[in-house]
Amino acid sequence: MGSNVLALDGVSAYYGDSLVLQEVSFSLGEGRLLGLLGRNGAGKSTCMNVAAGLLSPRNGHLEFFGETVTEIKPEELAHLGVSLVPQERRIFKSLTVYENLAVAARQPPWTHRDPWEFSTVFAAFPRLGERHKQVAGSLSGGEQQMLAIARALMSNPRILLMDEPSEGLAPQIVMEVIDTVSRLKEQGLSIILVEQNPKLVFGIADDIVILNSGRVVLTGTAADLNPKNLDLTEYLGIF
Amino acid sequence: MTLYIILTINSITMGGLLFLLSAGFSLIFGLMRIPNLAHGALFMLGAYFGVTFLRMEVNFWIAVIFSGVALAIIGGVIERLLLRRLAGQELAQVLVTLGLAFIIADVCLLIWTGDPIPLNAPESLRGVERFFGIVFPRYRLAVVVIALILAIGLWFLLERTRLGAMIRASVDDPEMARVTGIRVSRLFTIVFALGAALAGVGGVLSGPILSVYPGLDAEMLPLALIIVILGGAGSLPGAFLGSFVIGFIYNFGQVFFPDLAYVVLFLPMLLMLVLRPQGLFGKDPL
Ligand SMILES: Nc1ncnc2c1ncn2[C@@H]1O[C@H](COP(=O)(O)OP(=O)(O)OP(=O)(O)O)[C@@H](O)[C@H]1O
Ligand SMILES: [Mg+2]
Repeated sequence: MGSNVLALDGVSAYYGDSLVLQEVSFSLGEGRLLGLLGRNGAGKSTCMNVAAGLLSPRNGHLEFFGETVTEIKPEELAHLGVSLVPQERRIFKSLTVYENLAVAARQPPWTHRDPWEFSTVFAAFPRLGERHKQVAGSLSGGEQQMLAIARALMSNPRILLMDEPSEGLAPQIVMEVIDTVSRLKEQGLSIILVEQNPKLVFGIADDIVILNSGRVVLTGTAADLNPKNLDLTEYLGIF
Repeated sequence: MTLYIILTINSITMGGLLFLLSAGFSLIFGLMRIPNLAHGALFMLGAYFGVTFLRMEVNFWIAVIFSGVALAIIGGVIERLLLRRLAGQELAQVLVTLGLAFIIADVCLLIWTGDPIPLNAPESLRGVERFFGIVFPRYRLAVVVIALILAIGLWFLLERTRLGAMIRASVDDPEMARVTGIRVSRLFTIVFALGAALAGVGGVLSGPILSVYPGLDAEMLPLALIIVILGGAGSLPGAFLGSFVIGFIYNFGQVFFPDLAYVVLFLPMLLMLVLRPQGLFGKDPL
């Protein structure tokens, strides 16, 4: 096993006075895909927001590439190589597809031989290429999700945080998204994939973390926690 | 007939000047949601800087540029040191910018005294130009051309460059823009500095037409407000059209309804607020 690229260590986080994460700890190994599972309101997005610098933990700390970080701005994390595909996509609706990608484009020092740039992104997501002049708000849900992923890739990240990228999409498009995620993993990107549906995650994840009411209730490798061997319904509700 | 021609020329000139005043006001208001009540004062300060540069025998155009740069720096400092701390608190921003307006006005009075100071147009632009038998004062023509060029340049910057797209992304979803790696706070400083620079440039350019005098600030601010309400906050085309509409209403109103000058000016604004609160080209109601 390689080293960790990202770790949460005893992180507690609040929205105002309400405690949403309680001493959450888990880590993402280099080149691994970590599936973060939990039911509605379990705190998955909050974990992603903390890891992207949008929410500062009140206790505990974060580690990126082995360095401890307490207060860091989201734009600084982005420049360290952390990219977020947020829940509900949050593409820049009034910008064109092309502009959505252009504002994120960056080639940091660790960029490998074939970096993500317009040509590679449009090759991977041909629909976006066809619609590059279109205003992003007018895209279909599936296309918006592709754009959110493409935008995250344009910065050539080292860590990709994906928050329920399959939410609200037709089953066929969900499969496309999952395909894309596994291709990214094959290319060596370290990924956290948040999902509510364990079936989607177990097929591709290396590691699994399950959250419930803001606490980590289970961690392990996907092989150990295979749903065939383990009754996950008590953690995840009924699917 | 001649009266109409003169009024029309004056209206168009004033429209150009008003665009320089209101473009920055509109960008700052529309993009950063800051109602910058010091904008009229920045315009006047720019004009007074022009006075000083010209007294130092600086070339007129260089004075315009210096004044723009000086105002950009002052605007940037105001944004960084004061307004940054008040992000999202509109009432506090209103009060702080109003206070700044008073302070700037007082400082101007102290330095440049209370007498109106006329500015000379550059030598090469004195006199007139004739088209189709109509006489156009050259300097006024130049002001309109400069306003047009700046309008196109600004539009290009905002709509056709990566920097412009980053600014628009930051307005769309500031949080997501930061996550994407855009340094939103730096961009907003740039926008504020740019708006202040435009006011400064407008101030110097207005000198040969309006002269520079205490109270210029208080005269300009309401006009900027009316224009932004007419055109829609944050919209350059809106500021452009609004500026010329107000240029005409102001000049023709003063001649034909001298007793109702303010009614004529503010009535369109009131109607717009009632009928179409987002303005002609705006996206969000004020
Ligand atoms: N901005 C906010 N302010 C206050 N409470 C919030 C906020 N966002 C989320 N919460 C609360 O924090 C808890 C965790 O929310 P979070 O969004 O992290 O859950 P989640 O696991 O991502 O759920 P989902 O699957 O619905 O996306 C929930 O109880 C939610 O109501
Ligand atoms: Mg969520």
